[in-house]
Amino acid sequence: MIEFLKRLFQKQGSSATAKERLRLVLMTDHLELAPEMIDSMKRDLVELISRYVEVDRERIDVTFERQDRTLAMLANIPILSVNRPNGNGAVTEAPNPAPAAAPAAESRPAGAPPVRKRKRRKKARSVRANLPSTA
Amino acid sequence: MPVLSDPELVEAQSAGSAQAESEASKASIKLGRAIVLTSGKGGVGKTTTTANLGTALAVRGARVVLIDADVGLRNLDIVLGLESRVRHHLLDVLEDQVDVDEALVADKHTDRLFLLAAAQAREKDDVVTSKMQALVSSLRERFDYVLIDSPAGIELGFKNAVAGADEAIVICTPEVAAVRDVDRVVGLLGNRFRPQLVINRLRPQLVRKGKMLSVEDVNGILRLPLLGVIADEPEIIVTTNRGEPLALRAQTATGAAYHAIAARIAGEDAPVPMPPVSKPGLLERFGSLLGGKRR
Ligand SMILES: Nc1ncnc2c1ncn2[C@@H]1O[C@H](COP(=O)(O)OP(=O)(O)OP(=O)(O)O)[C@@H](O)[C@H]1O
Ligand SMILES: [Mg+2]
Repeated sequence: MIEFLKRLFQKQGSSATAKERLRLVLMTDHLELAPEMIDSMKRDLVELISRYVEVDRERIDVTFERQDRTLAMLANIPILSVNRPNGNGAVTEAPNPAPAAAPAAESRPAGAPPVRKRKRRKKARSVRANLPSTA
Repeated sequence: MPVLSDPELVEAQSAGSAQAESEASKASIKLGRAIVLTSGKGGVGKTTTTANLGTALAVRGARVVLIDADVGLRNLDIVLGLESRVRHHLLDVLEDQVDVDEALVADKHTDRLFLLAAAQAREKDDVVTSKMQALVSSLRERFDYVLIDSPAGIELGFKNAVAGADEAIVICTPEVAAVRDVDRVVGLLGNRFRPQLVINRLRPQLVRKGKMLSVEDVNGILRLPLLGVIADEPEIIVTTNRGEPLALRAQTATGAAYHAIAARIAGEDAPVPMPPVSKPGLLERFGSLLGGKRR
């Protein structure tokens, strides 16, 4: 009886759920609204990584995944060579970057499977987003 | 009040001298403000808010004209109790059938408040955007405030309502869909309209129990200047039935909330009053006695 009464008065607040759904839906809306932004983000990302390794620009794949807590950007960037491309202008701030200076792209021998670079905020579980990266 | 409290101008106007009026406006007079009330989502309270803010602004001494831009679904006349006085409507004016002065309906409760009703038997797409812009600019020369009640949606009707405005008030209820739509509308409006937020139909009791998005939840997402918060108010049904906006009763909490918004619109640094939480009911207290933690 007491248990029943407790349950009656202890209903889970639904505003937290509403807030979370809203946050996610808006994040997706905003990405949908700005495909140019995704494109330029992709470009910048490639440019950044190309300072350290040579990447296969043709096969870069950027997607977004809806997680239960957040939206994750997944970048699949195949690396052709760990040697820094020479004569390619753009010298970085660090004249002699140690491999560790390249934040997420681990150095691997050429021909190794592509590095999967995962950018996310907070913890996340995967659900496929309805948001393919616009080519 | 900024524009028309100037006795000379009021005289010039009542003398009906259009010449003097337009010269005055060219010379030194600041134009009135044209503010569109919009939301994206339907039924969140645009019309109710327009009627009440118009009333509150006029009670404060401003000259106010309300334009019902919801062509085809005329409502504002009903909320103001003016439906029997409407002879001509917005499209009559835009199509040069009648002079704007013939179409303006004087409010019966508040001096200085006028309504330009929407056409009921026409469609939103019949409005010519450039004509609407011209009308609003001409009204800004004569009124301190031109409040435009926008239709729901983001199509042509919305665009026409927005066309003549230079500021926007977005109305949002504490619901996921309403917030999402406001977010979209704000994106469409861009920076030009400096949109400000009114949260409508808040139920403080539910917020406290964690069953409704709070003001902070909503505006944590929208991040707009907060103009005001209006409670979900049973009296609104009564006042709408009677055609007497609640803002006529400034002593009620919700009436006062509309007046606080009007004060902030007028540039006063008035605080945003939050809808009061009434005392917890018996059942609710019984619930907390049992140790029910509400999140
Ligand atoms: N603060 C409030 N408390 C209670 N009821 C309200 C409140 N605001 C509006 N309403 C009611 O909600 C309904 C819709 O309001 P209103 O017509 O003002 O919305 P709207 O946004 O203009 O709708 P539409 O998109 O159809 O033009 C009406 O019945 C009105 O009385
Ligand atoms: Mg309406």
